[in-house]
Amino acid sequence: MSKIKLISDGLVKNNPTFVLLLGMCPTLATTTSAINGLSMGLATLFVLVLSNMAISAIAPVVPDKVHIPVYIVVIATFVTLLQLLMQAYTPAVYETLGLFIPLIVVNCIVLGRAEAFANKHGVGESALDGIGVGLGFTCSLTVLGLVREILGSGSIFGWNFIGGNDGMLAFVMAPGAFLCLGYLMVLFNKYLKKN
Amino acid sequence: MAVKSNLTNMVLVLSLTCLVCSALLGGAYALTKEPIEVAAAEKTNRSIEQVLPHFETSVFDEENQYYTAFDGDRVVGYAILSTVVGFGGNLSLMVGVTPDGVVYNTSVLSHSETPGLGAKCTTDEKFMNQWKGFDASVKKLYVTKDGGDVDAITASTITSRAYAEAVANALVTFDEIVGPAEEVEVVENIEIAGGQDYE
Repeated sequence: MSKIKLISDGLVKNNPTFVLLLGMCPTLATTTSAINGLSMGLATLFVLVLSNMAISAIAPVVPDKVHIPVYIVVIATFVTLLQLLMQAYTPAVYETLGLFIPLIVVNCIVLGRAEAFANKHGVGESALDGIGVGLGFTCSLTVLGLVREILGSGSIFGWNFIGGNDGMLAFVMAPGAFLCLGYLMVLFNKYLKKN
Repeated sequence: MAVKSNLTNMVLVLSLTCLVCSALLGGAYALTKEPIEVAAAEKTNRSIEQVLPHFETSVFDEENQYYTAFDGDRVVGYAILSTVVGFGGNLSLMVGVTPDGVVYNTSVLSHSETPGLGAKCTTDEKFMNQWKGFDASVKKLYVTKDGGDVDAITASTITSRAYAEAVANALVTFDEIVGPAEEVEVVENIEIAGGQDYE
């Protein structure tokens, strides 16, 4: 498989949010604004790339029966690492995402890629796969956050364009998340079918 | 997944993985400990600066959860931590009170109010500015709907009520610090007036 295809697959054909429908919990919960979606996506990207690489490296020596606990320990380590780093250097972002950072451990995208890809491929390929899927997740979350922010708060990346803070509140809350996600999914898959 | 499982290799691999991972995390913890503390201290200092006039040093009182701010030897004011239950969870405030018992300013430390409704307690200028110079001996610490002098955030009466309660609690703490000078009622069990509320 070519390197570009590995990355573009994660972005489009295997897009975790719109095609595989993985990681719905952080997707719905953290996309109240574009910047929140982007931060969450990047945090997941970080964990995904590192855990993919580590797991592909150790997979050949991990006994079958304990491979899930081993993977989870590896993933949890990277998540905790990320958490410590964010607390130290980006406390504001950490505060906004809060609970959802530790929850990356149980994000099915990360374990899913470990199981479906990383443990059958080399370190390099797994890193690229992590980048692709991570970018796919980041883009989806940013787009979803952007749409919800425009409709819900009348702003783009925190820049308010309608004056005042009266957007359509529903879009900032959970029902709006489901609605936007549904429509974006339809658009994405329609585009995908055409090509 | 090339390796067949047996007790030895399972125990070995799991133990090794955990060992390496904990070593990594131990290292990371040691490296980030200081920056994390610095970031937390900075945040606290920023919010004290926000709620009190200019000061030089501050001393934390563990028991009553407040900071006393000094400018030289003179007490500039007290920054009192106050946590109440809001609409979506805990609402933590830092309430700055000058020695004469007047609220200097307030700031939200953490909250889990609804975005766009109660969460406006951190952005709504009209709501936030009314706390500057709020004198509880003259004004009543209830939202207007309950017959007080606090203007609630539109459609977020519960959050506003909680905010007023947090300020009232802080003033109770203040009385404990400097001795009872005036009476402040804590907002509790008020009969909820009619009208439509989203929050």
